[in-house]
Amino acid sequence: MQKSFWPSALWTFKAYRDEKMVKTESVDQDVWEIPRSGKMNVPGRVWANKALMDALQEEAGEKPEWNALNQIQNVAMLPGIQKYSLALPDVHCGYGAAVGSVGAFGWEEGVIAFGLIGFDINCGLQTLATPFTEAEVLPKKKELADALYKTIPAGLGSSGKIKLSLDQVDEVLEKGARFALENGYGLKEDLHFLEESGRMQNADASLVSVDAKERLKSQLGTLGSGNHYLEVQVVERVFDEKSARALGLFEGQILVSIHCGSRGLGHQVGADSLEALDKATKKYNLFVPDRELVCAPIQSEEGQNYLKAVNAATNCAFANREVLAHLTRGAFERVMGIKEKEVCTLYGVGHNTAKVEKHKVDSKTRKLLVQRKGSTRGFGPGSRDVPEKYARVGQPVIVGGTMGTHSYVLTGTEKAMKETFGSALHGAGRTLSRVKALRTWNGESVVQDLARKGILVRGHGLKGIAEEAPGAYKDIDEVVDVVARAGLCKKVVRVKPWIVVKG
Amino acid sequence: MDCMFELFEHQADVGVRGIGRSWEEAFQETAKALFSIMVRIERVKHVHPVRVQVRAPDLGALLVKFLNALLVARDKKGMVFSAFDVVLTQGKEDWALTCTARGEKLNVVRHEPGTEVKAASYSELVLKKTGAKEFLAQCIVDV
Repeated sequence: MQKSFWPSALWTFKAYRDEKMVKTESVDQDVWEIPRSGKMNVPGRVWANKALMDALQEEAGEKPEWNALNQIQNVAMLPGIQKYSLALPDVHCGYGAAVGSVGAFGWEEGVIAFGLIGFDINCGLQTLATPFTEAEVLPKKKELADALYKTIPAGLGSSGKIKLSLDQVDEVLEKGARFALENGYGLKEDLHFLEESGRMQNADASLVSVDAKERLKSQLGTLGSGNHYLEVQVVERVFDEKSARALGLFEGQILVSIHCGSRGLGHQVGADSLEALDKATKKYNLFVPDRELVCAPIQSEEGQNYLKAVNAATNCAFANREVLAHLTRGAFERVMGIKEKEVCTLYGVGHNTAKVEKHKVDSKTRKLLVQRKGSTRGFGPGSRDVPEKYARVGQPVIVGGTMGTHSYVLTGTEKAMKETFGSALHGAGRTLSRVKALRTWNGESVVQDLARKGILVRGHGLKGIAEEAPGAYKDIDEVVDVVARAGLCKKVVRVKPWIVVKG
Repeated sequence: MDCMFELFEHQADVGVRGIGRSWEEAFQETAKALFSIMVRIERVKHVHPVRVQVRAPDLGALLVKFLNALLVARDKKGMVFSAFDVVLTQGKEDWALTCTARGEKLNVVRHEPGTEVKAASYSELVLKKTGAKEFLAQCIVDV
């Protein structure tokens, strides 16, 4: 008797799914391992609680070839990767590499991979601390929201007031945040509190295409759209009084977080590099399990050129956030009547980066190229690269939530230095696609719901707001609890959103 | 089979897909899908032509390069596009694409801007002949 089509098709899909399914094993509370198999050079390691892991596995079952677990496994296959292909609890499916992942590669034998950096190079967060409390700003909340909305260029096609020549773009790419300062945007003190003091040393503007530079000519000091935002926040809870004091934070305090990156310039460096790395992958006969992971040996000419172009774009993002910090200070100055320097940079750190760092591998200190995609550096106390003021507490790790949920300021730990190459999570992590989010919410009702909770949203497009609805993300409190319980970060303060400017 | 474009799901970003009676049409439809993320494409008047030319070793890389070239034109000219005439030529070692994209300056009121696309990627890149006269092109774009 002939079987009906559907049960047979279902059986075939299940067999296919089971074959593709990435195996995970629990190795400790909140730690999962993807055992080394096939072409993997190292195991995968995922920091997640059971519910978060169940969600990752469910997603993998639905889309066997394109999912976060599969992408973590794929990164483990790249040449020269050290210890583990790592993922943090905010991990979700990206392109090539999962968003929320870390790959550390031996400087001599490793590769630099496109998917582990992506298009939005050095997209990151810069958080400013104001001297105000919520009660002090409350009478002017609406005025401040409107001032920020007018001041911060955001959304599709937005351009800033700064118009750059191609020579000036080169300066941005070489000097990073210093370019902003030299041109009157930002404060000198900020440099102490930016990763790499706001300037990557090994940057080469001549390796960035004219197309990329043209795109920046009127985009410096713009926010962009998508998940980029400027958020005024209130410190709602202090977990660690001593660390909070060291970071200059207190309950009720108003903070401002700016989330954005290197704009069209960085995207173009990505697009240009994709082609160059595609060629290099073939030239050096490198095995890549996903074309988006095209790569080049770090020591090759192509690898060095890509790294120097990435560093240039990284500098562009540092400058961009510093200009936006300046514009934010201007809005506070006008509305609250304070001086620019009273709004200090708490810390600024990137998410999509490639950094030369030294870490212990098999008890030896090794020079590595740590590539973080949708994850952030989170160095522990005493690390050379942590600002002197924070040396005893560790680097601030800013975890950006959604426009309706908490964000956190954590600090890096010694354990993270050993377990995750000094890396930490960057946000909540998406759980619902943009297409599904648009089907589920409409922008207007999201704005109204948030207004009822006391959160003022000023957006340049309702569609973008619906895509970024808080329900489209994982529960940030749960995600942060995982890294805190695991000892990868220490909780310092939790903040709530108050005013949100979206592109 | 009529030409069509659609967006498909991806957890963090968006998939763009174009289906047509030739590779040219599939590429054109994918370009429409790309701009449909950013604007109400039906409201974009196709008045000003912009020429885009790219070459790539294979059709997949050509699609990604084509979409990225349109994003460069968007940023450099401050325009958005809604109509595309694509001509493909297969050479000995690579493919060449010439496209006349038609559109106009972005109008934030009329076009109701959505999310800015950062770039097209190789992720979920598929170019497939799905029928006698049906061609499908797709990839994930970073937003």
